[in-house]
Amino acid sequence: MRRTVRVKVNGTEHERSVEPRTSLADLLRDDLDLTGTHVGCEHGVCGACTVLLDGEPVRSCLMLAVQAEGAAIMTIEGLAPEDGLHPIQEAFRARHGLQCGFCTPGIILTVHAFLRDNPSPTPEEIREAIAGNLCRCTGYHFIVEAIAAAADAQRQGGAGP
Amino acid sequence: MKPAPFDYVAAGSLAEAVAALDQAGEDAKVLAGGQSLVPMLNMRLARPAVLVDINRARELDYIREVDGAVRIGATTRQRALERWAASRLPLVAEALRCVGHAAIRNRGTAVGSLAHADPASELPALLLCLDGGLVVRSARGERTIPAAELYVAPLTTSLAPGEVAVEARLARPPEDAGWGFAEVARRHGDFALVGSAAILRLDASARVALARLAFFGVGGTPARGAAAEAALTGQLPTPALIADAARAAAAALRPDDDLHATADYRRRVAAVLAERTLGAALARCARA
Repeated sequence: MRRTVRVKVNGTEHERSVEPRTSLADLLRDDLDLTGTHVGCEHGVCGACTVLLDGEPVRSCLMLAVQAEGAAIMTIEGLAPEDGLHPIQEAFRARHGLQCGFCTPGIILTVHAFLRDNPSPTPEEIREAIAGNLCRCTGYHFIVEAIAAAADAQRQGGAGP
Repeated sequence: MKPAPFDYVAAGSLAEAVAALDQAGEDAKVLAGGQSLVPMLNMRLARPAVLVDINRARELDYIREVDGAVRIGATTRQRALERWAASRLPLVAEALRCVGHAAIRNRGTAVGSLAHADPASELPALLLCLDGGLVVRSARGERTIPAAELYVAPLTTSLAPGEVAVEARLARPPEDAGWGFAEVARRHGDFALVGSAAILRLDASARVALARLAFFGVGGTPARGAAAEAALTGQLPTPALIADAARAAAAALRPDDDLHATADYRRRVAAVLAERTLGAALARCARA
């Protein structure tokens, strides 16, 4: 039995009819064509599908689309301004904080919330913050450097978007 | 990896959830944070006919202190409890930092973890250590299941069909009691191979007035370290006595062999962790 779900994604209201078993990740990717949210393990381990639910990182593979009724979701497509990259994205590009890029959207959204709560993290805190996001290229060293650089850039640039 | 079809009820209140469960019969599951249930649905290890979602039952989102007990509502996120406990119940905050990752704890609920009953998870052992219980409700009424009677087997509790866990209760340790928590896991955030939690309180003569020890990852259910509690109570907690008590408690465990560790290894690690957590608890005891 299909259900209607109304959800705000990156500031835009959407209404779709879904089966109750449809995950939020599949709603985003298949029904809203927002394929920046990646689906890796589908059981909450890899972190590739991380999105922001009312500002907090969550696994979109472990949430049913029907549960997002009335919620505000941000995906990686909602991060960058019209005319360029978000400072976190800029730092990942400048510091080579990605290789294949599959884990990158989940990491960047995780980091977006993390730096909001902790604008001056230590390297250890950065590593713990992304412990739930697996990079199978194992590029963690540059990812940690990119996050530290993003923190510096955001502190210098004010509160950031 | 997608769930089999199911019907879905978004309960707007606890009363609606209880009614939906009563109507659905044995083939229903309660959905709270979904961080354990949804993986099982995705892998089709669980195939309920009906999911009763309690997330919109707003009255279940709370943390309250009543008569020395901490009461945690069924939809309270682990992350909220972690923040609340950081200054008020540090043993619980420390254990929660080992539960999954922040993104998991943003959705996962403490009560859901207790009801899921994974033998390697932290919170069920804390329920034992803190003399807690689970309040459950069904169309037949409400009852409180003490921690010692809650855990039956891996992923199996003594909740009956139609019952929904509505609240966890933890006894707050006395102000002058110390605590310890430790676990060994392959990677941060993974399920523990073995873990331990301890509470100690000393009397005016520096003898042990209260000892609580609990283990997880040591068999089908979390376990109390009763041998250590008995060996320590009334005694001067010397390092040698703590080591002996820890070994006695570990010797009584019946862990399983699996892919990750042998039973013997788990028993040895349990003895080490019990000694460390009891030692940490002693170091945190306020001196009378």
